[in-house]
Amino acid sequence: MSRHSATKTDTALDRMDRLELRLQLEELYAEYAHCLDDGAIEHWPDFFADACSYMLIPRENYDEGLPLATIRCESKGYLKDRVAAVQDTALYAPLTLRHLITGVRVTEIAADHVKAEANFAVLRTQVDEITKVFLAGRYIDTIVFEDGQLRFKEKLAIHDSLLIPNSLVIPV
Amino acid sequence: MAEAHTGKRAERRWPDAGIHRIPYWIYTDAEIYAREQARIFKGPSWNYVGLTAEVPVPGSFRRSFIGDIPVVLTRDGDGGLNVFVNKCAHRGVQFCQKQRGTANEFICPYHQWTYDLTGKLIGVPFRRGLKRQGGMPAAFDLDDHHLQRLRVAERNGVVFASFADELPPLEEYLGESMLEYFDRLFDGRKLKILGYQRQRIPSNWKLMFENIKDPYHASLLHVFLITFGLFRADNPSAVRLDETGRHSALISAKGEQKATSDTAEMGRFKADMKLNDAKLLTPVKEFPGNTTVVMQTIWPNIIFQQQTNTLATRHIVPRGPGAFDLHWTYFGYQDDDEEMTRIRLRQANLMGPAGYVSIDDSEVMEFSQDGIAAFPDNEGVLEMGGYDTDDVDHIVTESAIRGFYKYYREAMDL
Repeated sequence: MSRHSATKTDTALDRMDRLELRLQLEELYAEYAHCLDDGAIEHWPDFFADACSYMLIPRENYDEGLPLATIRCESKGYLKDRVAAVQDTALYAPLTLRHLITGVRVTEIAADHVKAEANFAVLRTQVDEITKVFLAGRYIDTIVFEDGQLRFKEKLAIHDSLLIPNSLVIPV
Repeated sequence: MAEAHTGKRAERRWPDAGIHRIPYWIYTDAEIYAREQARIFKGPSWNYVGLTAEVPVPGSFRRSFIGDIPVVLTRDGDGGLNVFVNKCAHRGVQFCQKQRGTANEFICPYHQWTYDLTGKLIGVPFRRGLKRQGGMPAAFDLDDHHLQRLRVAERNGVVFASFADELPPLEEYLGESMLEYFDRLFDGRKLKILGYQRQRIPSNWKLMFENIKDPYHASLLHVFLITFGLFRADNPSAVRLDETGRHSALISAKGEQKATSDTAEMGRFKADMKLNDAKLLTPVKEFPGNTTVVMQTIWPNIIFQQQTNTLATRHIVPRGPGAFDLHWTYFGYQDDDEEMTRIRLRQANLMGPAGYVSIDDSEVMEFSQDGIAAFPDNEGVLEMGGYDTDDVDHIVTESAIRGFYKYYREAMDL
């Protein structure tokens, strides 16, 4: 991030009052869920800052300090590669997902970033199957203001269920 | 998900053609499943239970499974390794509910029967009764009620256990050629656990072994393996089996991302595909020779994975005829530096429930089970590479699957 935009970022977050910030965060999570469920998955990386990381990690690893993730993205390039897999390269059964993101908690407000946590539940519907709970867990996110938008700088999705029902294709 | 096929039937009879025909009832029949648990997992097999790095100090324990039977692996006060069933000798309670940890003893929560780290019963509350009332009969002997303890074998940090009293030593069980591949990955260096992944795959457990014994599919199904040359039929490759056919290894050396006359039949090859972040696949040479992939399947419940620098054990836990759990334990070596650990963690994106390669496998296994379930009396065809179970220096073959079923028929008396 350039010095100029860093200054802009500080000002923008400073000016925002708590209520406005909360509304913007709610909107961020709502749009994020929409993108994964019904939107265009190629826009998923747009929810992230230029320098970013995304990790989906089983709770047992997180709790024990083990570094292995279910999905590890160390840059925006990784996010784009994940999108390419979803769209072009991975073989998987047709599915419909519903990401329910609730209980957004703001845990830190700093001059240049916000930390927030939220719960997620993902419902999966497949051919010849009733809708089932696919995954549940929580996000621990660091969010910045970049190009006039709140974006995830670090997104950590910790899934409670140790056993994933078969495969996990679409990110959480 | 398919229900187990339990309808009335005549005595199961393997097709006369032999091991290049696989009857579909072996994937769906509840009686066959029960027989597998008894004859294979509780039979004369060395079953993988964990790594010594998971039980590093006296008192360390880890839950595990042999077939679908819950067991506990411990390190006792003398440093010895113990495996016993996770079932109280009193009323059958699964007393150890914590995945991993340390303990001085195991106390069943129901009536507090207490076992030491070797599985010996050391205490029973109210054994002598209270106020001269009740209590165990005089003939009750603690020594008659230890947890069922299993035979244990360990080699270079990998722990196996067996319910059988009579079976060959681990090294003999693996056989000379499989031992060589085992020792390549587990060379005696201390292992470092990087973490776990677990998934429940709605297919019969044997389809997992077939998948890893089947190099034919890898050049057709997996865009990532084909496109980036990680494992492809035109790379220098080999299939090796032990003398019994039950264990095998698929071996290959990384090639390039280029179209050749051989890629013409690989419909999913993508000559133009580029990663946005190439760090994901950056390889480091760490093993002797040119081999970059060894996928080793050891009867009856474990896969040892080296794909470039991502190393893992994949532990198969059957869950009835129509499902199994796959427990992945990723590891490196204690002497890995931070960069090497990062490389292993990045490449892990290929594997596991969200893996660029493994998604294809677990999904296709579900498709297999869905297709097979309604046709128990039909047969699968295994003729790629001929009818035998020979070692070959290519991967256009299903010989390792035939080897698996050759031994499976003996073990199951089918």
